[in-house]
Amino acid sequence: MLDLKGYGPALLNGAIVTIELAFLSLALALVLGLLGAAAKLSNSRVAISVATAYTTLIRGVPDLVMMLLFYYGGQVGVNMISDYIWEVYEIDFFFQFNPFISGVITIGLIFGAYMTETFRGAFLAVETGQIEAARAYGFSKWHTFRRVMVPQMLRHALPGIGNNWQVLLKTTALVSIIGLTDMVRVAEEAAKAERMPFHFFIPVAFVYLALTAGSELFIKWLDKRANVGVIQENK
Amino acid sequence: MADQAPLICKDIHKTFAELEVLKGISLETRKGDVVSLIGSSGSGKSTFLRCINLLETPTSGDIIVHGDPIRFTTNRKGERIPADNRQVELIRAKLSMVFQGFNLWSHMTVLENIIEAPINVLKVPKKEAIERAEAYLNKVGIYERKDYYPAQMSGGQQQRAAIARALAMEPEVMLFDEPTSALDPELVGEVLKVMQSLAEEGRTMIVVTHEMAFAKDVSTQVLFLHQGVIEEQGTPQKVFDNPDSERMKQFLAPKF
Repeated sequence: MLDLKGYGPALLNGAIVTIELAFLSLALALVLGLLGAAAKLSNSRVAISVATAYTTLIRGVPDLVMMLLFYYGGQVGVNMISDYIWEVYEIDFFFQFNPFISGVITIGLIFGAYMTETFRGAFLAVETGQIEAARAYGFSKWHTFRRVMVPQMLRHALPGIGNNWQVLLKTTALVSIIGLTDMVRVAEEAAKAERMPFHFFIPVAFVYLALTAGSELFIKWLDKRANVGVIQENK
Repeated sequence: MADQAPLICKDIHKTFAELEVLKGISLETRKGDVVSLIGSSGSGKSTFLRCINLLETPTSGDIIVHGDPIRFTTNRKGERIPADNRQVELIRAKLSMVFQGFNLWSHMTVLENIIEAPINVLKVPKKEAIERAEAYLNKVGIYERKDYYPAQMSGGQQQRAAIARALAMEPEVMLFDEPTSALDPELVGEVLKVMQSLAEEGRTMIVVTHEMAFAKDVSTQVLFLHQGVIEEQGTPQKVFDNPDSERMKQFLAPKF
């Protein structure tokens, strides 16, 4: 049996932190992605510019730089705001930036930009006839969006969401650098202390592999459901 | 007001960018009318049909559905837009459309396609909507396909399902936009037969079509459009057998 030299519980906790971080970041990324896609497809020039600036900026800056910027810069920014609030309104407001929150915000923002492109392409792939039929039958805009555009868009978006999710999951390992005790951080400490890198990093690699493999199966299942009513071309 | 005209269009103009596609088209229907719109491609007949249910907003002119005129306003760019989206939705629910490309919602089964708008737009109780849908599916002869997805059926079956979807709204007027143009020749007949039976029931229909036999035998009124104007209008006998317009004569002349 694998002997984790007493680091077992800490590694398990680290794995849970990794999973929590990944899911919360995914939720944020999906929301930002939908908003970004809505902005890019809107008629408002301001919304298009803001969304374009967002995706250009995020996709052009390394993940690690973003993360350091948010963790160290984020706290300084919050401190400046709280100083200002104290001076002007005499309200004591303080918000501690911790590595977990920095991680969720950074990863969410980064993958929100990728999701924006995924959703934008997926919405554009919905046939206009489908939307026209909804309009012609008196659907409101919201009803058209909810009952026709979203279900049809998902079919086109799922492969992209799946890819982004897999990369996102692996990106969570970066938060160990800003001091979050995730699975990677615990393994690193244990490996240093015990001088056994293989012994600790290989199990961690397998946990990531299990998570990505599991999600792949889940996404395949979702994909099958989303493609109901579509006849696949024979390969 | 039992015999109020289901649909009146007055002097409809439509301009896309610089191009004037419709140059003043008027149409008045009585209940039970079957109006065929014929003409070559680019004559504006489909655009006119799409103006009726506001898929395109007419640049000028009035549309009155069962005594209810559609209200327009002007946006900041000076373009004409419908004043009240809710009114447009309610009017569209009275003018159900059958498209050239069927446009059944591909992620829903045939039955789901048919009950969607009655339940969500007309607020018909679900049970009643299903009963209604099944009755209309029987009528168009594809009841046994009700749980199929559109992609699992032939074009003719899809178009009949689309007609059932239109019927389930129990509309004032049915709008058909070249309903047989996308079908293989051997499937055209089954769709035309359904449409003919609807005409015989006294449903008010406006049909953009290239099927001259249908226009001649089934309609009560024929409009021949050419470059955005009505060149010839009247009963099928008049338009087909004794047209005044030179263009109509050319249009009818054998092509080879």
